[in-house]
Amino acid sequence: MIHDFGIVWSERALLLAGLANTAILSALSAVAALLLGFGLAPALMSKQPAVSWTTRGFVDGMRCVPFLLFAYIVYYGFPTFGVRLDNWTTGLAALTIYNAAYMAEILRGAWVAQPREPIEAGIAFGFSEIRLFRRIILPPLLLSAGPVIGNQMIQIIKDSAFLTIIALPELTHAASSIQSRHYVPFAAFITAVFLYWGLCLVIEAGVSSIGRVADARR
Amino acid sequence: MSGGDIAAIFQGAIVTMALSFTGILIGLPIGLGLALIRWANVPFLAAIVTIYVSMLRATPLVTLLLLLFFALPNIGVPIDPVSAAILGLVMNTSAFNCEVWRSALMNFPRDQYEAAQSVGMRAGQRFRRIVLPQIILVSLPGLVNEMSLLIKVTPVLAVVGVVDITRAAVRIGAETYEPLPPFLVAVALYVPIVFALVSLQRWIERRQMAAEAVA
Repeated sequence: MIHDFGIVWSERALLLAGLANTAILSALSAVAALLLGFGLAPALMSKQPAVSWTTRGFVDGMRCVPFLLFAYIVYYGFPTFGVRLDNWTTGLAALTIYNAAYMAEILRGAWVAQPREPIEAGIAFGFSEIRLFRRIILPPLLLSAGPVIGNQMIQIIKDSAFLTIIALPELTHAASSIQSRHYVPFAAFITAVFLYWGLCLVIEAGVSSIGRVADARR
Repeated sequence: MSGGDIAAIFQGAIVTMALSFTGILIGLPIGLGLALIRWANVPFLAAIVTIYVSMLRATPLVTLLLLLFFALPNIGVPIDPVSAAILGLVMNTSAFNCEVWRSALMNFPRDQYEAAQSVGMRAGQRFRRIVLPQIILVSLPGLVNEMSLLIKVTPVLAVVGVVDITRAAVRIGAETYEPLPPFLVAVALYVPIVFALVSLQRWIERRQMAAEAVA
């Protein structure tokens, strides 16, 4: 058993590259999905039925589709529309589009729950729309949605493991290739599990520090 | 894609449904058991459950399945794809269910528990007659939400060779050289199932909110 872990250690470069890919992929798509979510959330609350219904259809649709099938469809569907991307970009696009729907719903929920008074006070003070959003709406919104966004980021990390099926060299893919090369399944996959756990603990620590900031401001 | 291919995907759907259902059915009581261990603060065991839940919640199901499917035979426990799939689903969902049950237990009003104690109910009776019926109601939306999440990760079971919806779709795509249509059929099968669960969850939440408003 110790010997098996020795083999995994000797392949640490591969495993760390996989970990780096998982971390970078998750971080990039979390940021991109959050930004897209900020674009979609107002559309969800739009007073024009055409806008709000289309966005609602997209968001609810994504929430009912398994990510793995969505990744397959993006992977095989993009080339049919003449879009040729490498596996890495395809994976990033799939993760981002899929999670943008979840982020939009999270932000909408937090947005609706915000008290009206500060926003109305901001309008009364003559804040422009952009400043109103940036100075009055955004800070409490991010603080209150923080924990849920953190959960979604953990979900993104776990979703990124599915991308192993399109041969994206992320953490699970690295563990798989170590296992198939040396036949050390337990050592290879348990190491991957611990690395995923570590990533999630980092996010949880980040979320709880945001929670402390939010408590201090209250 | 022929009619036979679509029938093959439907057969896969039956396998997916059966495995999800089995996983949910076994995962619910195990999750409750784990939550009770943490709630009662059983020495040593509670710490293990805490670590188990934290770790399982962070582990992607693909990685867990590959671990079970390849590592168990390696240490002398032979396992077929279907058993690995059920084991993986149960381990995954019980960790999430544990958190749902536990938050219901933590929020359970203490005075009711003490009232039951003072009329001389034994621990088992208190749990069965007073605690359980109420925490089931409180946990219901969270548990249904967890069920819809579980169904959304089931396509992963194809990775270890279970012939489910996804496996059937991959095979047909490879045979016909047109991978897109079978995946669209697969999605068309998943969407109503997950949508039904999501709607059920919203309906329960609305009903409970209405009941609270009356009370």
